[in-house]
Amino acid sequence: MAESVLAIRNLRVESITGTVLVDDVSLDLKPGEVLGLIGESGAGKSTIGLAAMVYARAGCKITAGTVEIKGDSARTLNMEGRRELRGRRIAYVAQSAAASFNPAHCIMDQVCEMPIQHGLMKKAAAQAWAVELFRSLELPNPETFGARYPHQVSGGQLQRAMAAMAISCRPDIVVFDEPTTALDVTTQIEVLALIKKLIKEYRTAALYISHDLAVVAQGAERVRVLRGGKMVELGTTGQILLQPQNEYSRALVADRKESDKLAVASMAQREAIVLEVSGAVGMYGSFAAVKNVALTVAHGETLAVVGESGSGKSSLARLIVGLLPRSAGTVTFRGRVLSPALKARTKEDLRKLQFIYQQPDVALNPRQTVGEIIGRPVQFYFDRSPADVAKRVAELLKQVDLPLDYAQRLSTALSGGQKQRVCIARALAAEPELIICDEPTSALDQLVADGILKLLKRLQDELGIAYLFITHDLGIVRRIAHRTAAMLRGEIVAEGATATVFSAPLHPYTERLLASVPEVRADWLDEILARRA
Amino acid sequence: MRLFGHKPTTLAWVGLAIIGVFSAIAIFAPLLAPHEEGAVVSDTWAAASGSFWLGTDNIGRDMVSRLIYGARMTIGVALACTILSFIIGTTLGLLAAVGGTLLDQVLSRIVDVMLSIPLLVFALMILSMFGPSIPTLVITIAILDSTRVFRLARAVAVNLVVRDYVEAARLRGEGLWWLMRREILPNALPPMISEFGLRFCFNFLFVAGLSFLGLGIQPPYADWGGMVRENGRAISFGITAPLWPAIAISIVTIGVNLVVDWILSINARPSGASAEM
Amino acid sequence: MLRIIATRVVLGILTLLAVSILIFAATEILPGDVASAVLGQGATPETLRVFRKELGLDRPAHVRYAEWFTGAIQGDFGKALTNKRDILTSVTPRLKNTLFLAGYAALIAVPLSVALGILAAINEGKLADRLANIISLATISVPEFFIAYLLILFLAVKLRYFPSLSTVFADMPFAKKLHVTALPAVTLTMLVAAHMLRMTRSSVLSIMSQPYIEMAFLKGLSRSRVVLTHALPNAAAPIITVIALNLAYLIVGVVVIEVVFVYPGIGQFMVDGVSKRDLPVVQACGLIFASAFITLNTVADVLSILVNPRLRHPI
Repeated sequence: MAESVLAIRNLRVESITGTVLVDDVSLDLKPGEVLGLIGESGAGKSTIGLAAMVYARAGCKITAGTVEIKGDSARTLNMEGRRELRGRRIAYVAQSAAASFNPAHCIMDQVCEMPIQHGLMKKAAAQAWAVELFRSLELPNPETFGARYPHQVSGGQLQRAMAAMAISCRPDIVVFDEPTTALDVTTQIEVLALIKKLIKEYRTAALYISHDLAVVAQGAERVRVLRGGKMVELGTTGQILLQPQNEYSRALVADRKESDKLAVASMAQREAIVLEVSGAVGMYGSFAAVKNVALTVAHGETLAVVGESGSGKSSLARLIVGLLPRSAGTVTFRGRVLSPALKARTKEDLRKLQFIYQQPDVALNPRQTVGEIIGRPVQFYFDRSPADVAKRVAELLKQVDLPLDYAQRLSTALSGGQKQRVCIARALAAEPELIICDEPTSALDQLVADGILKLLKRLQDELGIAYLFITHDLGIVRRIAHRTAAMLRGEIVAEGATATVFSAPLHPYTERLLASVPEVRADWLDEILARRA
Repeated sequence: MRLFGHKPTTLAWVGLAIIGVFSAIAIFAPLLAPHEEGAVVSDTWAAASGSFWLGTDNIGRDMVSRLIYGARMTIGVALACTILSFIIGTTLGLLAAVGGTLLDQVLSRIVDVMLSIPLLVFALMILSMFGPSIPTLVITIAILDSTRVFRLARAVAVNLVVRDYVEAARLRGEGLWWLMRREILPNALPPMISEFGLRFCFNFLFVAGLSFLGLGIQPPYADWGGMVRENGRAISFGITAPLWPAIAISIVTIGVNLVVDWILSINARPSGASAEM
Repeated sequence: MLRIIATRVVLGILTLLAVSILIFAATEILPGDVASAVLGQGATPETLRVFRKELGLDRPAHVRYAEWFTGAIQGDFGKALTNKRDILTSVTPRLKNTLFLAGYAALIAVPLSVALGILAAINEGKLADRLANIISLATISVPEFFIAYLLILFLAVKLRYFPSLSTVFADMPFAKKLHVTALPAVTLTMLVAAHMLRMTRSSVLSIMSQPYIEMAFLKGLSRSRVVLTHALPNAAAPIITVIALNLAYLIVGVVVIEVVFVYPGIGQFMVDGVSKRDLPVVQACGLIFASAFITLNTVADVLSILVNPRLRHPI
């Protein structure tokens, strides 16, 4: 294995409390090769990425295994030796550029710091080199870009600047730790393309960490699938995408592919209209987050509202439920105009319109048991006796596929997916007609999210509930939405049956959104770029 | 044994033991003290002996007995101040966080102004008018101290109010009382527990300081700060009489602080400074 | 940014105004009034009436407040009730003494504790850090007079290095003054330094857990460079706040220390005023302490704004 630039053998990382985070992981990286590390949260991807730099986060420890960089054993190095290694021979690109750039220094100083400190260049040379890197990463005004401070540039630009910083010492290896996860899809594609270009141009090897198979597929030659800190499967990208051997890999791939096809036809007949919003305007101070929005949701229908962050889709949801007071327009629910203010709404209106949050972790009171959380709406809206409440709680738990004994548990003892099921049960407890789902799966792992989507769909079929589904993920839209509304800067720019919205003639914005969603095939990015050029 | 779901460290055990012993002394003072609280039993500043373990004070009262009775008064007053301060501060803090912008603004501005006068100076001004008596002392300190409790309770609650589960309760149509009592208070308590210890230490030292200045608990009651004051002159003769009550004050505060420190360390997570480099 | 600073300064002035009203109003909520409180139970109605007139209590409160406050900002605090002397002439030398003592202590405490606090943070969890933690915890747990008496017992009574009472007068030589006030200054230093050390440590630690510090380590920078160029510039604002908070604490801590060492400062003056129930003196001292407190906090906030990169380099 002499030709490997990075060779990790039997790596084991534990927390100081003894939990095993990474267990018996080995990998090889050839010069100039891109190896994808893929897995859901808790798979140990980042821990492995950091361990490649012989670094462990506070509270963690590398307890076994070897790390060799170009044949040199790195774990036996002293502090001085490790410092020589980091940045110089193996560099790191973190997920959140905004948090990983020091707010106190301008970008130029931070990019030049590595070559200067590692004694490779003098200041003037380093600055000229940085400008060259900024130019090759297509940053605006490369000559003056470096003088700006991190808070003065956008997230996508900052992420590119961090890539420039990583490459500044011409390292043998760069670890990319979810470099595009925090970005919008349309920004992601640009950064992705530039990272690919950078790797090629400077012939560096890369460890590319992501939870998204489609993203990894665009650049990686080989993919290593991880789960719970253990190795699952290793294969070429093509093989993993087309013929995954392991059951878990198969599930990951199959699920991801499902998002690529349209699953729900629009309803033949839209019977009763449950919710009608017209001319709605919502302001945060003097900023109009929602501008003149009109939409309708019919009984038993799912309307997806898609858009990038900042498009006003969450504000729209808040406006409908009364958390963001509307300054113009009407919201008609079940034939009655709802008051703009939450406090003025009747208990019946509140009951029939429920809400599911993005982060199940903070949507449940950590000091209440699951039974208390689900039982409260039953008691509050229907005023049942304690015995009846308990019976109803049991019913609801069954409906969302949770074991009955969970009623006695604190919500903190549950996993993310289970928490979201409790949130759904809490909404169901009110026996609603419409549930507003604000990105209910975006904080969850892929397969868990898949379970939640299936549950929501089943409940709709059984109970005839309508959903207003806020999301940024077009894959989800294709899978569950009868109708779709695309939002841009507070306005709805396209609306209609999902199939119609997604077929020609496309609104330019929808087209851009559609084109930016990575597809699970290796040549997708190249195709898109070729088409654009 | 486990406390708050964690095993106390050795230092925390020391702190817990100190709190236990001194609480027992305060509660059972009349049973434990060899002499009466105010009884003059010997000469001024008699040396330590078999009958007076720590000697006698400036008018010949037994130091050990005075210390035992003093525990009751000093700890009792400080505890009363802290409890009252927490009742006022927590209630108003939660109200400010939940009850809307106007109420919040009014309460917060009042507290800001009160906090911009040093606590000791403020207390001195009030005591100069009402004169020192135990109820005045307790109420004054409790009100002044509640401004700090208010700040923390409000800050904690403001953080909690924006949590989705509180919003979910509001969307359900729950009233203010439910939000405060069921959704916010249970989650606000953990950070408030360690604060209670800190505020107790602060009030305890504060009461002792006021008494030392002659403006706190008044004679004939024995209290540790006052005992330091009464015996202060002795130090110039190399007599250690004022040190005993001062040591007692220190031990109690250290004990409580050790426990608080441990509680705080449970919640703290390690920082980058300790990562493997 | 200038606007933010101006707003902060105006806010400070408004706070001072509100505090002065509060201090004045405090004397109005007395059961009865100042006159009966000062003269006590035994006063005849006649003496009460004369005394009220003398204090001007027969006029409405807002008029008296306006007079008192306009006088106070020009340095006229009126006359003491007990000895009828002009308060300003009594306060001025005492204020100087107090500022001397506080400055003395601050000059030792600030550099010492900030440096030790940073060192403790860098060596988090190691022996030096744990030692600093325990010692500082013990120091803040101890009442100020305990430290003072311990120092007196050993350094003044037993070893006779320093006097046990800090008597100073106006034309005392500077070196002599430093010697005489050494014990109170050391007591104050220990007190404030312990607090400051702990607060500096925790604010540096909170910076050390930021992702950009991890990034700096991953860039292969040395530990000292990470701390000096990446952590400290961001810790400046919290450290400034810590210093201001502790200087304010020092001003108050001075009260007890002055009493222990019979040091002729404003703290002792105020305590005397309180025990004699001399309200004009108490009000004057209260206002002076509060102004110092508010000024310190305002200066700290302005400095924090000045070192904030987001405000220094707006978009």
